Amino acid sequence: MRFLLMTTDDNSGDTPPDEAMLVEMGKFIEETSKAGVLLATGGLEPHGVRITSSGGKITVTDGPFAEAKESVVGFALVEVRTREEAIELSRRFYKIVGDGEGVIKQVFGPGDDPFPGE
Amino acid sequence: MRASVDAVWRLEAARIIAGLARMVHDIGLAEELAQDALVAALEQWPESGVPDNPGAWLMAVGKRRAIDRLRRLQRLEHKLEEIGRDLETQAPPEFDVPDDEHIEDDVLRLVFTACHPVLSTQARVALTLRMLGGLTTEEIARAFLTSEPTVAQRIVRAKRTLSDAGVPFEVPEGPDRAVRLSSVLEVIYLIFNEGYTATAGDDWVRADLCQEALRLGRILAELAPGEPEVHGLVALMEIQASRTRARTGPSGEPVPLADQDRGRWDRLLIHRGFAALLRAKAIGEPPGPYVLQAAIAASHAQAPAAEDTDWMQIASLYEILASVAPSPVVELNRAVAVGMAHGPEKGLEIADALVDEPSLRGYHLLPSVRGDLLARLGRTAEARTQFEHAAAMTRNAPERKILLDRAATLRDGSE
Repeated sequence: MRFLLMTTDDNSGDTPPDEAMLVEMGKFIEETSKAGVLLATGGLEPHGVRITSSGGKITVTDGPFAEAKESVVGFALVEVRTREEAIELSRRFYKIVGDGEGVIKQVFGPGDDPFPGE
Repeated sequence: MRASVDAVWRLEAARIIAGLARMVHDIGLAEELAQDALVAALEQWPESGVPDNPGAWLMAVGKRRAIDRLRRLQRLEHKLEEIGRDLETQAPPEFDVPDDEHIEDDVLRLVFTACHPVLSTQARVALTLRMLGGLTTEEIARAFLTSEPTVAQRIVRAKRTLSDAGVPFEVPEGPDRAVRLSSVLEVIYLIFNEGYTATAGDDWVRADLCQEALRLGRILAELAPGEPEVHGLVALMEIQASRTRARTGPSGEPVPLADQDRGRWDRLLIHRGFAALLRAKAIGEPPGPYVLQAAIAASHAQAPAAEDTDWMQIASLYEILASVAPSPVVELNRAVAVGMAHGPEKGLEIADALVDEPSLRGYHLLPSVRGDLLARLGRTAEARTQFEHAAAMTRNAPERKILLDRAATLRDGSE
């Protein structure tokens, strides 16, 4: 099962990450990549551009955007066996980075029913 | 809580068992000690919460149990007063204690030990899934369509065989290494194929075996980065797994490569497969069977549509494969590739030579391939017989229908 772990809190008001934290994070990323768990990861700019399709018309604007708190600023695509494993990985991530917020969503693959019970 | 403990276990089992095996030199005992630690976690974590570093917690408990166990053994072996002195001074234990720096070496030792050729293939598979994948006996049983007691028995016997044979906990070097490595790769690929052949109605645990094998392969590739065949196997599995979504039709019928919707192939896995293949090639050794099979899979993956397939390249890769690792199945595949690259006549020559091959008796793809080549040569009646033959052999109902349809089309004379 694949999960997309997204961090939504950009911590922009906080102090920049210290050296020790970066080292620890580097180690975490290396370990999870080696374990075949982490498939891709990256940071995202807080806003970007907004694209809207409405009635066949495409509009590209510089906003408006949701609050910084709701904007996805980083992601990790992981391949694990259960949702709990994804949560456990996320827990370890926050043990390293400290305060923050995130969302964990399953990425549907073959055989996954996006609408169970319907 | 049970689910989060399970999650931690699955992520950490291999490292904990491997670290403890370094201390006790017996993977069976190491696994029991690790299980004890897991039981302790199940008792304590609901009260205390999951510790900050759950892997280290489990390892610490396992270590303590291992030291207790080793001291008990020493007490049996030595005079009590001697050991009593040691215990009082509380000198650091003279055991080889696991640490972070060596843990990866230990995991590699665990892989080689669990896949030791002294064990039957089934036993190797069960031990590998249990010790490196952290699967329960029940999950292994469900995945391999067998009963839990059978798997439990198999594991107990395998552990005993390893300790009776005095298999050392080490990474083999020298001439032994190639044989031992191929035993490891065989186990991983077997697990992958067991999952790959799972069909829609099967338990999800079965299909998950593909994931499990991929994960084991990826771990092994980091533990033994200098082995081209490890990267070859990883590349092969990544690229084969990339077709999962496209290779079965709506009613569970297998969709042949040529008819698959390539838009449904998983680009991420293809990309990973190519990367693994490049790592294998960068080592600069003559390609082994897994690297060659991966190269063939990569060649297919590179074709935007079936008609863009570079059959010349694939036929020559099969030719090398047939010389490096000859087998009737490889020959049959070569027949298909040659038939596409150099015409059905040339392909049929190779396929016809396999008719009396005992290991292909009952293998429906032989008549199916011959039927296809005969049809392309306009030998309609013979082709029809071959398709009917193949249909009678396959156990997959949707596939049987496809084969019978082809036979019927030929009867109508429209092909």
